[in-house]
Amino acid sequence: MRKIILLSFLFSGVFTLAHAQSDSLMDMLNEGAAPMKKDAVSATFKATRIINGSSVENLGAGTLDFRISHRFGQLNQGAQNFFGLDNATTRIGLDYGITKWLMIGLGHSVLNKEDDGFAKIKLLRQQKYGMPFTMSYAGSVSIQTTPAPQLPAGDKWLFTNNLYYTHQVLIARKFSDRISLQLMPTVVHYNLVDSTKFSNNTFAIGAGGRIKVSKRIAVTGEYYYRITNANMQYNGQPTYNAVSIGVDIETGGHVFQLMVTNSQGLSDRSFIGQTTDSWTKGALHFGFNISRVFTVVKPKGFKKPVGKSWE
Amino acid sequence: MKKIFLTVCFLTTGTTAMFAQKYMTRTGKIFFNATTPSSPEKIEGVNNEVANILDTKTGDIVFQVLIKSFKFEKELMTEHFNENYMESDKFPKSDFRGIIININDINFTKDGIYNAKVSGKMTIHGVTNQISETGTVSVKGNTAILKAKFSVKLHDYKIEVPNLVADKLSKEATIVLESELTKK
Repeated sequence: MRKIILLSFLFSGVFTLAHAQSDSLMDMLNEGAAPMKKDAVSATFKATRIINGSSVENLGAGTLDFRISHRFGQLNQGAQNFFGLDNATTRIGLDYGITKWLMIGLGHSVLNKEDDGFAKIKLLRQQKYGMPFTMSYAGSVSIQTTPAPQLPAGDKWLFTNNLYYTHQVLIARKFSDRISLQLMPTVVHYNLVDSTKFSNNTFAIGAGGRIKVSKRIAVTGEYYYRITNANMQYNGQPTYNAVSIGVDIETGGHVFQLMVTNSQGLSDRSFIGQTTDSWTKGALHFGFNISRVFTVVKPKGFKKPVGKSWE
Repeated sequence: MKKIFLTVCFLTTGTTAMFAQKYMTRTGKIFFNATTPSSPEKIEGVNNEVANILDTKTGDIVFQVLIKSFKFEKELMTEHFNENYMESDKFPKSDFRGIIININDINFTKDGIYNAKVSGKMTIHGVTNQISETGTVSVKGNTAILKAKFSVKLHDYKIEVPNLVADKLSKEATIVLESELTKK
């Protein structure tokens, strides 16, 4: 009996030793290891836009993103216009990531025959231990290319009347795997407004977020509240704050964003300050963004090992 | 009697510790391929920062790898690999703790290529499985190059392949390992 106890004691001893051995080897690996790099948090949002406006996400360096955005007409137009599907507007855009912190993009919208360009710069990156949020700057310029209006003799139509500028600071935090929120203080400068009654500058604060409901599907929301110039009229109509809700669906190389929004405009200046439809009147627009990315420059670091054993 | 047992026990561990011979690297390579034959693009990744240590006396062997240091041909693959499949925020590391069963057949003082039978516990995506694989150990001077090729069923590690990408992403990944260890 005593022997059995001793033997079992001995075996348990050997077992613990063997176990401790792989642990101590693991400790040796960890000891001399370079300290864990300050882990930047990734994928705060699925796409570079939350719905209409920019998210803090940048494209990877050397990545080209072909985007088609579609906003249908008002849902309350009734069966006559097939609930808005007959009056769709589109923006076609190409975005490119120059570095991992700088991306640029160009686009053309059907509405107002507008050309736009933007740049987005990542200033701070949220870290797992450290920096609590990500911060980016996004600036865009848009040019309306509709024909100049008929003016009384003597008045000159200036090219600069067609220009609009937007500056945004994007501050976002990924609170958990599922939940990310973003704030975007914004100023839009309208070179031309309807009347001298209105300011050329609109200050706004945007808020947006997403809740992931599965690995590939997220529910999104976005709201731009105008702090100043909210009474601005556009083409003689009152304007409203833009409110949008949507769903992001990721399918490999594509991201589909489906949304309902009161804004039919797709450029920053048009949805922030020139949204003439209102949720309370049911004048909503169904729409979608489709994003397809292409790798132009392969990321550094991926090099398939060569040699027979790697075949 | 008791004392003798205990002394023997202590002595053996003591000697093991004293004559322990460690081989180590932090720049081992792992390459994996999880592409289906029908896929237009190759789903493969490489990690050149594999940490690996081997005790030539006992045959104990340990591998450790940071999931975020896997590199891919496309930025989006890196993101999907980390976000959707490996969940690298939750499970930042994968490791293997095992033993070269036939360690006594490998002569680390004589150059040559030896077959190695390895058995142990592999943890990927927070799931641990017992595995047994074979590989080779090439001894050359103070270095030993470990090579192995084996396959892993993603399902065994609770990595699910949605139907949407099933025509590209294989349910089974081929893993190739090459680690050049040097004597410490």
